[in-house]
Amino acid sequence: MKLRQIAHSRTGDKGNVSTISVIAFDEADYSLLAEQVTAARVAAHFAGIVTGPVIRYELPQLGALNFVMKGALGGGVTRSLALDAHGKSLSSALLDLDLTAPEHPEGGQARQGKS
Amino acid sequence: MRTIRIGAGAGFAGDRIEPAVELACHGNLDYLVFECLAERTIALAQQARLADPDKGYDVLLELRMSAVLAACRENGTRIVTNMGAANPLAAAERVRDVARRLGLAGLKVAAVTGDDVLEAIRGSRLSLLEGGTLADLDNRIISANAYTGAAPIAEALAAGADVVVTGRAADPALFLGPLIHSFGWAADDWETLGKGVLAGHLLECAGQVTGGYFADPGVKDIEGLARLGFPIGEVSENGDLIVTKLEGTGGAVTTATVKEQLLYEIEDPARYLQPDVVADFSQVRVRSVGPDRVAVDGGNGAARTGLLKVSIGYIDGHVGEGQISYAGTGAVERGRLALAIVRERLALTGVPMTEVRFDLVGVDALHGAALSQGGAPYEVRVRVAARTEAAADAIAIGNEVEALYTNGPAGGGGVSKSVRQVVAIASALVPESLVSTQLGFFEA
Repeated sequence: MKLRQIAHSRTGDKGNVSTISVIAFDEADYSLLAEQVTAARVAAHFAGIVTGPVIRYELPQLGALNFVMKGALGGGVTRSLALDAHGKSLSSALLDLDLTAPEHPEGGQARQGKS
Repeated sequence: MRTIRIGAGAGFAGDRIEPAVELACHGNLDYLVFECLAERTIALAQQARLADPDKGYDVLLELRMSAVLAACRENGTRIVTNMGAANPLAAAERVRDVARRLGLAGLKVAAVTGDDVLEAIRGSRLSLLEGGTLADLDNRIISANAYTGAAPIAEALAAGADVVVTGRAADPALFLGPLIHSFGWAADDWETLGKGVLAGHLLECAGQVTGGYFADPGVKDIEGLARLGFPIGEVSENGDLIVTKLEGTGGAVTTATVKEQLLYEIEDPARYLQPDVVADFSQVRVRSVGPDRVAVDGGNGAARTGLLKVSIGYIDGHVGEGQISYAGTGAVERGRLALAIVRERLALTGVPMTEVRFDLVGVDALHGAALSQGGAPYEVRVRVAARTEAAADAIAIGNEVEALYTNGPAGGGGVSKSVRQVVAIASALVPESLVSTQLGFFEA
């Protein structure tokens, strides 16, 4: 399944840094986001666009993650030659990320196995 | 507990006019805030001021003020705006002139100045956050403005200003100033100041918290975007916030719209650096408390850093650009041929460029080949953009694309070309002691 099916997202910009939020529609899906939408996966998804490190911040009480991508905007919004100099469309690209659907629904066997 | 109502009348320089009029007439507001400065705006405004000392403020200032000033006066709503840009004093005089024209005798307008630090830092070796020092930008610098805080805004309101016009105040400070003035919050009450910054951050982009920039048909549907209502913050004396909007306007205020705006342009949510406080959004919670009403709590803060961010505008050469479209079967192949031709032509003619891009809009212009999988589109648009030092070289980029009309692949149409001088922004930090703000007053 696609990230888009369980989360929404907005991109912001500061200089040459792009910030992207990933917010679960249903806060119960936060653990799935936290497990699969890692900084490394986001960095790999944007390989060729983001030249610096990707940092992830976790906001479990909002069911949200916040990604900070350095060197993402072609030298900065005010200098970039890109059609989308602000990188505002990057959120839509991230929502196309493939996720592995959980084998067991919440409260199913997976949880019982842990207890 | 006392509550004040504070509305956002604009979230960027070109924002719609009518939502602010609705708020001024029907919002029962204590304050109406217009946030109209982006990173580069003030540098462009400085250029305008250099060309004409009476200019350099927001070009829509008079239009926006003419639209809301009478209603605000009637309803006891005070206005705070950064539309002063590079010339708050001239802007305040224009607001006074508008007030006189509308017959609003006695209306008091304050200008906050002092954010312009160009002379204070010129010639120094101040470190730039992007790397290097100020000396590297040398004689290309056109402006340097510090992000100032809420204190001078609160002071202007305490002195009776009906309208406060600033230059490069930090966006959330436009909201924090009225809150400090209304509630008498202490300058070291970090938790409450952090909550005030949270309110300002959520409101400052106006429609972006009420359903604007959110809709995704079938997934996130929003009704009435053509008549989007701008937000109202109901802020309590302890900093608690409810975000809402006027009944009958388009858009929506939901926990989802508020969460998206909460994280918008935020790096570390626990350390949102502001002139007045380091705000902490890391424990913020949101909950729906009615139709188009969302309560926000858990904001916090820590002592401010004592450093102010400075935006430095500088001339960074030129960008030349050309575009042309191809359609029908084979459009992508003809577009790629066109790009290859221009690439070869720019090499043959030896146009000096420091950076160049060859995009196929509709195929891979936004995110490159790796992310751009899918079927062939019906039409594509070729786009070539390059950075050059001289304007004449930038002109050559568009000309080479235009020459595809008679020299390129079949069926190319709709050429556009442009050249612009680039005003870029670099950032630095300076001690707050370097910046001293002043107030000027004008009465209609």
